[in-house]
Amino acid sequence: MAGLAAAFGSGAMTNSLEDIGEADVILVIGSNTTEAHPILGLNIIDSVKNKDARLIVAEPRRIPLVKYADMWLSQKPGTDVALINGLMHVILDIGLADKSFIKERTEGFAAVVAMVEKYTPDYVESITGIPAADIVRAAEIYAGADKATIIYAMGITQHTTGVDNVMTLANLAMMTGNIGQPGMGVNPLRGQNNVQGACDMGALPNVYPGYQSVADVGVRKSFEAAWGRKLPKKPGLTATEMTRAAGTPAAKGGIRAMYIMGENPILSEPDQAHIIAGLKGLDFLVVQDIFLTETARLADVVLPAATFAEKSGTFTSTERRVQPVRKAIQPPGEALSDWKIIGLVSSKFGYKMNYHSSAAIFEEIAAVTPAYGGISHHRIEVCGIHWPCPTPGHPGTPILHTETFARGKGKFHAIDYKPPAEVTDAKYPLILTTGRYLAQWHTGTMTRKVDGLNEIEPEARVDINPADAKKYGVKNKRSVTVTTRRGSVTAKARLTEDVPVGVIYMPFHYAEAAANAVTNPALDPVAKIPELKVAAAKISQK
Amino acid sequence: MARKSDTVSLFINDVPVKIHRGASIMEAAHKAKVDIPHLCNHRHLTPTGACRLCVVELEGEGPGRPLIAACARPAESGMRVLTHTDRAVAARRLVLELLLSDHPGDCLTCEQSGHCKLQDLAYEYQVADSRFRGRRNRYPIDTANPFIVRDFEKCVKCYRCAQACQELQFCEVIDYMGRGFDTMVTSALNRPLPETECVQCGRCVSVCPVGALTEKPSRYRGRSKDLKKTVTTCPYCGVGCAIVLETDGQHIVRVTSREDSPVNKGDLCVKGRFGYGFVNSPDRLITPLIRKDGELVPASWNEAIAAVAAGLKRTKQEYGADAIGFLSSSKCTNEENYLMQKFARAGVGTNNIDNCARL
Repeated sequence: MAGLAAAFGSGAMTNSLEDIGEADVILVIGSNTTEAHPILGLNIIDSVKNKDARLIVAEPRRIPLVKYADMWLSQKPGTDVALINGLMHVILDIGLADKSFIKERTEGFAAVVAMVEKYTPDYVESITGIPAADIVRAAEIYAGADKATIIYAMGITQHTTGVDNVMTLANLAMMTGNIGQPGMGVNPLRGQNNVQGACDMGALPNVYPGYQSVADVGVRKSFEAAWGRKLPKKPGLTATEMTRAAGTPAAKGGIRAMYIMGENPILSEPDQAHIIAGLKGLDFLVVQDIFLTETARLADVVLPAATFAEKSGTFTSTERRVQPVRKAIQPPGEALSDWKIIGLVSSKFGYKMNYHSSAAIFEEIAAVTPAYGGISHHRIEVCGIHWPCPTPGHPGTPILHTETFARGKGKFHAIDYKPPAEVTDAKYPLILTTGRYLAQWHTGTMTRKVDGLNEIEPEARVDINPADAKKYGVKNKRSVTVTTRRGSVTAKARLTEDVPVGVIYMPFHYAEAAANAVTNPALDPVAKIPELKVAAAKISQK
Repeated sequence: MARKSDTVSLFINDVPVKIHRGASIMEAAHKAKVDIPHLCNHRHLTPTGACRLCVVELEGEGPGRPLIAACARPAESGMRVLTHTDRAVAARRLVLELLLSDHPGDCLTCEQSGHCKLQDLAYEYQVADSRFRGRRNRYPIDTANPFIVRDFEKCVKCYRCAQACQELQFCEVIDYMGRGFDTMVTSALNRPLPETECVQCGRCVSVCPVGALTEKPSRYRGRSKDLKKTVTTCPYCGVGCAIVLETDGQHIVRVTSREDSPVNKGDLCVKGRFGYGFVNSPDRLITPLIRKDGELVPASWNEAIAAVAAGLKRTKQEYGADAIGFLSSSKCTNEENYLMQKFARAGVGTNNIDNCARL
């Protein structure tokens, strides 16, 4: 998000989901779309099969979408910047850069030209492992399209170079003029149902609702007026920073108490042992959730919450579409909607909150969040509205940056390739990368309570290329131990050529074989995203 | 503006209607608010003309004029379509009799009862029994799939499930098998679905007009006709599909989709359609818990809220507001995330608030 915001002025999907059907070329990079965002996966396949769209999949693993792709670029994990710089090098070489778009709508291109100079196809092949000829062909296809779109997800962002990765993708789209019209754009897919909304609402350490900076004095004054309290100036800590500071002395900037709502950081954050020790070291931990999760078991107070089916409100989907959540049944026992619980806690703490409905809260959101200014519960009844929607008469905005970028001119960033924080060596010769299964979800809090889903995906598997299995003496379907510098996990080996030689793959859904017990907590310096997609590892079997 | 030749004008039972060129007679009738019965036709699927229930007559074609399938025949300018002539109705009754001659009459216990196109048509056309008493297909009910029950004796061979699997889901697991009376619409060699490329999306179930394909988790837990329906947004990934919760007051009995939903147009994935069991799980937290002597024990809301406020106040007094961290949730609503950050910032006085966007 930080990368896209730096380039365009907004970190959200530039185009709508439906709009992807208009593209002539679709570049999917770092997204296993058919498993992590299945219905969008169908749209992509539909474009390829029924609308003659061409599909380029850039992904280390042979994901299901590869079957439909014109080209599969299997880059070594963590080398995306080199790949994209290589594509730009070729595009300049063959004269397919959109000179008038670059001139009229962007700034900073000269530095990019200088930077990508050295990224010749041969040099990029030496970094990414993708044949030079494929890099040339992919560049020709992408830049040769009338309308090309880029779709990416956590495979791009969960790296120490996550922001760099996103900014290079923005460079690629801008240099070919693929911004601002149907079938174009740079489109980050949000993992969770309401990640977009949680960010829009200012559940972020550096911004208030609507991405208004906490460091901006004028903004802070207006929120102080709206909320009737003096507000802190200092930007806060990110989730990963908080959980790592948990339990350390306050004098050294440590966190002594935490209030965790609907999250299970023990499974979702990297380096599990460290997280558990930190949470145990807190003076006070509150967890508000629908189940007694691994994290809730460590709490001093556990507050029972309602599920999506038991409350009203709104979610904002990855395409910026604000949609209704409607109550169908009562919560069980004494469980309450999260918004009611927060209101009770806040009032007891001494900051009065008396909202009689989620619609009333939304009215306040619209009043302080310009992009939501024209949205109300009533207006989204039928099919939702894409923000920005500043006024009640505004129809919403499915496509961003049509005339100008949100920040004025689109900004190019010259980015040099940097290797991942952990590279393989003699002791840890393999790259461990992580992801999701179609039939499980995130840390499994919800899906592992569903019998049929567990029937489909009962356990974690470690995907290993047969050549690596032979080399390290690993047999199919037998337990294999994956060890990194942080620890070991054990799961069943699955020998498959879906992973390239030198790469192993695990999901992070399973508490008993938690990939995040061994992943690398090294952070992107700007976005503070941990490098969950690359860790140096070794495998062994008894 | 559409050019004149882009639309056609015709009559459906004396009702004039204009529709885009290429639309079927069925679509024209729909626009004219005239109902033409059908089992196989579906708004998102290519017309096959499989069921022959939609047969209509064209006025002016003279004696011996053919019965034509309204779903497959494009509407043309000047057509005068007659949807309920004696011949059309007789033909439909014959089709229904043939279908019922090989259909178990177990509506009493059928999941689909009240929501079944065959039942509705048998009622509408008053086909109580069949003149055709020959062989009956006998198949065991296939319950070997995690979410889908297949009762092939109820299959009307409309082919919708196979088309949905091929055209909407691109899985190509389901197709015709066998010939003539032995025809089945099923997976290759009729293998259990988990042994195929099936992704268990349940799209086949959603388009089945009868009780041949039904949801396993909701068996005998409530028929669609008796349940409250709430349109809401799926709680899984960021795509934001519209779903319909069918509930009996306390429980989600099944999740369905709406063909006219703007984002997903009736499609759902395995989690969206079948991943709701967590809501009514016996493991749900139903009361606040407070740690006493090392154990989490049930407490009242008053006690729990007081304990939370006291714990946060104590920390703030001792170490300052920035010693407190808040994790908000991308599973929660906008309203809840808004309140959480408002409480952190204005209530407690720290910007230490984040969600799991990065994970």
